[in-house]
Amino acid sequence: MMVKHWRKTLEAICIPIGALLVALVLFGGFCAIAGANPFGVYSSIYRAAFGTWSSFQNTLIRAAPLMLSSLCTALPARLGLVIIGNEGAIVIGGLSAVAVGLFLDGSAPTIVQIGMALGGIVAGGLWIALVGALRHYRAVNETISSLLLNYIAIAILNQLVSGVMRDPSSLNKPSTYPIGMASMLGTLPGTRVHYGLLFGIVACGLAYLLIQRTTFGFAARIAGGNLRAARIAGLPVGKLTMAICFLGGACAGLAGMVEVAAVHGRANESLNANYGYGGVLVAFVARHNPLAAVLVSVLLGGILASSGILQRSHNLPDATALVFQGLVFLVVLYSESLYGKFEMFKERSAIAPSVA
Amino acid sequence: MTTEVLGWWGVPLGIVAGTLRGSAPFLFVSLGECLTEKSGKINLGLEGTLLMGAMSAYAISYLTGSPWLGVGAAGLAGLGFGLIHGIVAQRPRVNDVAVGIAMIIFGSGVAFFLGKPFIQPSAPQLPTLDFGAWSSLPAVESALKVSPLFLLGIAIAPLMQWFFRSTRWGLLIRAVGDSPDAARAMGVSIYNVRLLSIMAGSFLAGIGGASLSLFYPGSWTERISSGQGLMAVALVIFARWNPIQCLYASLLFGGAQAIGPALQSVGVDSYYYLFNASPYILTLLIMILTCSPQRTLAGVPGALGKPSESRL
Repeated sequence: MMVKHWRKTLEAICIPIGALLVALVLFGGFCAIAGANPFGVYSSIYRAAFGTWSSFQNTLIRAAPLMLSSLCTALPARLGLVIIGNEGAIVIGGLSAVAVGLFLDGSAPTIVQIGMALGGIVAGGLWIALVGALRHYRAVNETISSLLLNYIAIAILNQLVSGVMRDPSSLNKPSTYPIGMASMLGTLPGTRVHYGLLFGIVACGLAYLLIQRTTFGFAARIAGGNLRAARIAGLPVGKLTMAICFLGGACAGLAGMVEVAAVHGRANESLNANYGYGGVLVAFVARHNPLAAVLVSVLLGGILASSGILQRSHNLPDATALVFQGLVFLVVLYSESLYGKFEMFKERSAIAPSVA
Repeated sequence: MTTEVLGWWGVPLGIVAGTLRGSAPFLFVSLGECLTEKSGKINLGLEGTLLMGAMSAYAISYLTGSPWLGVGAAGLAGLGFGLIHGIVAQRPRVNDVAVGIAMIIFGSGVAFFLGKPFIQPSAPQLPTLDFGAWSSLPAVESALKVSPLFLLGIAIAPLMQWFFRSTRWGLLIRAVGDSPDAARAMGVSIYNVRLLSIMAGSFLAGIGGASLSLFYPGSWTERISSGQGLMAVALVIFARWNPIQCLYASLLFGGAQAIGPALQSVGVDSYYYLFNASPYILTLLIMILTCSPQRTLAGVPGALGKPSESRL
């Protein structure tokens, strides 16, 4: 297997790396026009993202919610659905986690944490399962409905934190009551990185096994490849759609819980910190492969972590990281069309010429 | 101010004023998206284009002192973004929704990057047409200040309708969007028609951005857009790919957006944020009610969202 397909494997490694290099060159040009030394910028980004153990930990803290959030797009993509409701599921998951956490206030921290995690998972899952149900039963376009639900989720968040759930002592930035230090998620031993990273890696690993190694994943891939064939084969397409949407949403909801329980300690507008759209980006760049999503999340986490240093040492606006992110995304998407275009990556099979 | 003189009449007045002020961005992005989608492509990235348009318009208006040059710059910025989207989204195997999101990130990044120096200074605004000069009530007077861009948008809607119905170019775009094979048989370059339609649509969205920064809210900040660009796709579905209905939909959405602030001005602010979300809730409800698994939506271009075939 490995020997036979090495060219394909090499192609799948070389094209994304090549795309990344092209994006770096374009970004360097952009920085040069803006009056910064591109090589200085590269080395700053590298140092701020991966240079020292301390800065790498910052990167990992940002990568954790991205891994979870990316699954909200990557899993349904196996069914051919393009879901971009990650932001909404994060917000709803975070809100629900806080609600459960406050309800269980006073119980043992482990109980509170498990409750919060379940709250986030169930709420986020149901939120995206709704998108799947609308798709299956009413043929509502899942991209649009999930986009609309993002706005609705943010409105619900704002409504609750400025109304019913508001802590009167939070003046400038309306927030819910804090869940309390005792109930916060701890850090991995010997690091500043919270357990969310572990959740992210485990979730991505499980997602990979689910899609590649189980009958459920096989059925989902069949239905994603050819819906009519799946129906004729008697696959329960509706149940599959809702189950996979639930799982995707559950991961994003867990990301919301992690943000609340490990970073902010309460729910407020910081929940809506663009990890949602970042997760969509990760999923597409990773070509919806959960294992690749882990790596891409670390990379994007690094870009996010470097935005501060670009501002401080190169006098570039903080939006520079956003420009870089957009460029990487655009170039990687463009590179999708290059698979099968390079002679050196074509399998040399004498029997059956492969169809690109 | 409104409350003291008008009491509860301030609510409908506030909604009318909000509609007149806030509909223009919706109108331009939805007309732009309509034009693009008629050719069979989706551009989800108009939010980035809108921000870029708002920034360019404000910056050029500040630097040259002429707001109309700013409007032109916003249109040009839109054209440029349309070119990028049109090229990348038409590559084989590239998902146009993903390209749209990339363009939102890229567009907002470039807009915030270049717009950083323009947050503080105040740029000359577009002149307004005062239809409320007859009234002695300042609230009425300020409510009826109308942006010339809004009137321009209202004029474009029927023009675009006529363009699709009765011109050769309009027919070509519809042919490319409905049945690319037939268009190809006619000898039309699908690639070029789509590229031009995406660019023209982006141009309009850029102008919509100019109306944000040069009329209402009339400043440049990073939070200037409240998602009007993202709503474009939903608006066009709501309007059934019909330019005249895009106009009605934009008025409805502009009005719905004004409900929250109008109620707040008379002291009802208990559901402020939920009222602000009413355009989104409304769209979702309408989609749930009108979509059906048994048939496709009326008016949808036949090849919309189908992957691009190889360039021929």
